[in-house]
Amino acid sequence: MTAVLQAAGLGKRYRRQWALADCTLEVPGGYVTGLVGPNGAGKTTLLHLAVGLLEPTAGTITVLGGAAAAGPAQLARVGFVAQDTPVYVHLSVAEHLRLGARLNPGWDAALASARIDQLGLDPAKRAGKLSGGQRAQLALTLALAKRPELLILDEPVASLDPLARREFLQHLMEATAEHGLSVVLSSHVVADLERVCDYLVVLTGAHVQVTGETEDLLAQHHLVTGPRRDPAALPGDWQVITASHTDRQSTLVIRTAGPVLDPAWTVSPLSLEDLVLAYLSQAASPARDRALLRLGA
Amino acid sequence: MLWLSWRQFRAQALVGAAVLAVAAVALGLAGASLAHLYAVAGVPGCQAAGGCARALRLFSASTDGAASVHVLELAATAMSVVPGLVGVFWGAPLVARELETGTHRLAWTQSVTRARWLAVKLVLVGLAGVVLTGLLSLMVTAWSSPLNQLNLDRFAYGPFGEQGIVPAGYAAFGFVLGVTAGLLIRRTLPAMAATLLVFTAIRMGFTYGARRLLMAPLRVTGPLNLQNLGLAISNHHKLTLYASGGHRGAWIYSVQVLTPAGRPYVSGPAPRSCTGGDFRTCLQAISQLHLRQIVTFQPASRFWAFQWYETGLFILAAVALAAACVWWIRRRMN
Repeated sequence: MTAVLQAAGLGKRYRRQWALADCTLEVPGGYVTGLVGPNGAGKTTLLHLAVGLLEPTAGTITVLGGAAAAGPAQLARVGFVAQDTPVYVHLSVAEHLRLGARLNPGWDAALASARIDQLGLDPAKRAGKLSGGQRAQLALTLALAKRPELLILDEPVASLDPLARREFLQHLMEATAEHGLSVVLSSHVVADLERVCDYLVVLTGAHVQVTGETEDLLAQHHLVTGPRRDPAALPGDWQVITASHTDRQSTLVIRTAGPVLDPAWTVSPLSLEDLVLAYLSQAASPARDRALLRLGA
Repeated sequence: MLWLSWRQFRAQALVGAAVLAVAAVALGLAGASLAHLYAVAGVPGCQAAGGCARALRLFSASTDGAASVHVLELAATAMSVVPGLVGVFWGAPLVARELETGTHRLAWTQSVTRARWLAVKLVLVGLAGVVLTGLLSLMVTAWSSPLNQLNLDRFAYGPFGEQGIVPAGYAAFGFVLGVTAGLLIRRTLPAMAATLLVFTAIRMGFTYGARRLLMAPLRVTGPLNLQNLGLAISNHHKLTLYASGGHRGAWIYSVQVLTPAGRPYVSGPAPRSCTGGDFRTCLQAISQLHLRQIVTFQPASRFWAFQWYETGLFILAAVALAAACVWWIRRRMN
């Protein structure tokens, strides 16, 4: 399957601040990809570049093989749910569906009304009167009924309570399986993504830190503890992500393709959250520490 | 796209329609009442009846303090504000509100390019603004036309912009100016304030500065016109003249008084009869001086030419600005 997102040297600068810098990545099709990173890491910028709400300052981005938002045909292939799921507060639920039908040639009216029924939303209700969870579901319905090949969601559950969060992600997963969608969604809460993502992109400080299939990443990363070693004496195929040392002991998060054979090391598996946190705290700066705190919260 | 634009504009359109309906009733009644006064005074067909002066005097007297005249004059004054209101309340929030509430992210990621999204909105709401203003102005102009027989100064800075077709041109420009402000400022209230400010400045600038350049004025030299002649006599018996030019309903740029030898007349010794008190003999004495005048002016017959020129320019500016908005939203909006 071809890549759904392909970025080369992609960068976006606001005045003098780079919101995203030198981003090169390839997100393959058929996955639910989680884009993880602390607030301000450039997740929204990357997604906005992908749906054409922003133009890159540097580099290129292709989406499903085409230029982002190049025309109506390209727009029709990508569904987008923006952060805080904006809707027209004065328009009713039914009018939002009508909006979707009028603005999208591939609109699936049956799917839209079935979802509204299933959610128990009153079609006559104004969108401004919906709860946060309902609004997010309405926005998701609009994006799904457009029948896109790729669905992009920017922090879709950030403002939802835990129950609404779970429900939203569940609906998303069902729809993804049903329609064979590729999905890219961002979050600063790893726990949300752990359940749903089979591909991962970690973004911090405007740079991509690591990308890969979740399973592979989990298989390749280990937490190892052992007697204190000189970093130079570690095996050559180990990529050390984080290291902490006491007088007698070293604790490392490493990435390696092969097994850890040296019996001096105690190897324990990493959870996805630990893995992400390891990358976020790598080369920890005060700013990153703060980001980490938020992440843990 | 048309449906969404209409749905979002619906509430504002209803307000516009209500204003139009109220204005039609009020102005219709006032207009009918004024037409009645006009007929009773015998102004229509007065030429054939042997003179209009009496009929016009009668008409003038009957309009004095008439409610219909108040209503029509109030409506005319309101016409100078309507185009600005269209810009502030229909133009400025058009894009700014979407940017402010983030709904542009919803709208621009449907299967319609944002250039088309904006173009449809510009055309639909812009045309509505122009039609609303145009109809209001049409009603004011048509129903207060008898008053034009009394107040001949239609070229005056105020009245010129309150009737005819120029208000429609102003509305087109004001609307697009509002959209532009919203697009650049991205916040509704500041965009509304900026629209009001810039629109007023441009309207004033055009009225007091640029309008007189639209057509080259006529220059007519002739004997000094003694009608509506203003004069002042100083303690030293010096006579100063303030000539009005004497072209009916014209827009007078300047009147220069000349001596019979062709030199500019600034002031001169006052004829004896002018210090005595009888104005008519004084005027007779002045006419004996054989003074001449050069009047630089736009004749009354050019009123509609000016209306068309100015409307055309404002509509042209609106179209150019709208094109710039579409370009901006496509290429530069980030």
